[in-house]
Amino acid sequence: MTAISLSEAHGRNRAQKVAMVVMLAVLLAAPFFVYPYFLMQALCFALLACAFNLLVGYVGLLSFGHAMFMGTGAYICAHLAQARGVPVEFAIPAGMLVAALVGVVAGALSIRRQGIYFSMTTLALSQLIYFLALELPFTHGEDGIQPVPQTKIFGGLLDLGHPLQIYYFVLVIFFAGFLLIYRVINSPFGEVLKSIRENEPRAISLGYKVDQYKLMAFVLSATLAGLAGATKALVVQNASLSDVYWTTSGEIVLMTLVGGMGTIFGPVIGAFIVSAMQVYLSGLGQWVTVIQGVIFVTCVLAFRRGIVGEIAAKFGLNL
Amino acid sequence: MNYKIAGLAMAGLMSSVAFAPSALAADKTIVIGNVNDMSSLYADTGGIGSEVAAKMAIEDSGMEKKGWKISVISADHQNKPDVGATLTRQLIDEKHADVIIDTPNSGVALAVAAVVKEKNKVFIPSGAASAALTGAACTPNTVHWTYDTYELAHGTGGAITRAGGKSWFFLTADYAFGKALEADTTAVVKAEGGTVLGHDLHPLNTADFSSFLLQAQASKAQVIGLANAGGDTINSIKQAAEFGIIKGGQTIAPLLLFITDVNAMGLKVAQGLEFTSSFYWDMNDGTRAWAKRFQALDPAHHMPTQGQAGAYAGVLHYLKAVEKVGDPSDGAKVVAEMKALPTDDPLFGKGTVRIDGRVTHPAYLFKVKTPEESKYPWDYYKLVATIPADKAFRPLSESDCPLVKK
Repeated sequence: MTAISLSEAHGRNRAQKVAMVVMLAVLLAAPFFVYPYFLMQALCFALLACAFNLLVGYVGLLSFGHAMFMGTGAYICAHLAQARGVPVEFAIPAGMLVAALVGVVAGALSIRRQGIYFSMTTLALSQLIYFLALELPFTHGEDGIQPVPQTKIFGGLLDLGHPLQIYYFVLVIFFAGFLLIYRVINSPFGEVLKSIRENEPRAISLGYKVDQYKLMAFVLSATLAGLAGATKALVVQNASLSDVYWTTSGEIVLMTLVGGMGTIFGPVIGAFIVSAMQVYLSGLGQWVTVIQGVIFVTCVLAFRRGIVGEIAAKFGLNL
Repeated sequence: MNYKIAGLAMAGLMSSVAFAPSALAADKTIVIGNVNDMSSLYADTGGIGSEVAAKMAIEDSGMEKKGWKISVISADHQNKPDVGATLTRQLIDEKHADVIIDTPNSGVALAVAAVVKEKNKVFIPSGAASAALTGAACTPNTVHWTYDTYELAHGTGGAITRAGGKSWFFLTADYAFGKALEADTTAVVKAEGGTVLGHDLHPLNTADFSSFLLQAQASKAQVIGLANAGGDTINSIKQAAEFGIIKGGQTIAPLLLFITDVNAMGLKVAQGLEFTSSFYWDMNDGTRAWAKRFQALDPAHHMPTQGQAGAYAGVLHYLKAVEKVGDPSDGAKVVAEMKALPTDDPLFGKGTVRIDGRVTHPAYLFKVKTPEESKYPWDYYKLVATIPADKAFRPLSESDCPLVKK
């Protein structure tokens, strides 16, 4: 047990709650000021980065293959919605479910190793998925699957062709995923995960079946990454190889690092920053990758805890 | 409570501003979106050069003198279909783009075509190869300029086989584009009485082609077809030169090659290659004059590629159609006009836009000159055969485009 008084713990939690209300308010108002399709794409990446952060920030497992779950979710959702005519409200959960299954297999294999070996295993497995996405007939190779229809769902109640309606649909998905992660982190299960991160042998000595906890966290993270991918396939109306490529896995790491690893809000901020660079700096051509690199280096050198991490440390908050 | 109502009203007002359709369209403003690869493997064949070509088309249309306001915006799709789709949507929603051009990379082009159709604007892919753009994925808003996989396969496969290259061996990039090219070319080679001795699949972005090339060499095929693109084509040609394959009497036929690729390899390496192209700058006085103007304006001072020439011709024809219609806001209407008007420009000559969106023009089989034959800079190709416009592209009877009524 850490030695903090109850009121202190309460104060820290209050900061999180205030931050969450602020974030929700900003996101609710955002589509009136910022281009909604950009926001939706950023929200999908934010959910993805949060899912990734659940593993790296709270269990200490650096997965370098999270694109495989996002890609699986995206491809399954896009295929079902586009080629099989499955309604989107079923295609998204289906994508999530298949990503979860991939997560069970990938997780069971990779958590047997630690550190760099764990990362390399996830990278190798994600390249396997990439190869499948390139070669399986239903993915259409490098052409990808498109267009994913943005139709009316829930019996015509919600029109995904309307920018605001689809935006709030995506926001609900993001926020549900975000709340789930928040709840997990602040649960007894989350405390065990943190103890594994801090000192795995000690957690074992206390009688925790560490591998089961790790696998559980891995599958949860994979599932949410699949949800993010399936939602993104709906937003951008396609699933393509870039969703499963290893550079996407790298971008997820970048988002989480820039925002703040092991903070709840950091990945969200990081995802918005990196997505904004890709979209709004796209006129600069090859300089985007250079700028991304500079930001990464600056982040590692100057503020290692990421943007949110540094703010939290400065004000003694737990964000 | 009053605040709440005021807030809601304001939100409503802002949303109506944010999502108002292109209200500016009526007052004769045209925005051209060049959604392109600005930083990676297609930046030389399309990239900023396509923006230059589009601006030349605006100038040559003479429409600015008649009171039209026309601008070009470039955006980098980074070869990611999702980025390309979002950028296109944003260009249309926020910058009121009326037409999207070039878009090399078939995956991105297919994604962009879907968005453009939904928004009822116009899409003129001049740098994308997929024949699906005028096939299964055709839309009433797409006009496909320059080349496609069918044309490349049939042009190169047919002409070389007819000229006596009867036995073939393929080096194929192991993905959909490469396999489609190989399958299409194989069909033509066989139809012309040739044989295919074998093929070898190589992964995308291969650095070492030696084992593949040795097999191709050992097959004793007269022609080695390269069903790959970009860096893979350049690497395989360079290494084939090192193995002395062309000097040994075998012909190398890259199925997709740009003049900037030849320029990058140098004639010493590229000499003797035979391939199909829809455009070469040194064809006639019209193309020469245009290409010299382009070269002066291009930041890298390259001669135009066929994709960039297609961007020019596409924009020129588009502007003609818009002028006739009088308003660019209804994309399908403009495309219908583009299909009604015959095409005529100094680069591709006279042609038509077919019902499936395919622009027909002649295609050419070229052979790369030897260093001795080349007299001046960029003097790279000699013409081997001309494939007439009605033979160069997939006939409508074979089309799987839903717009083609059978």
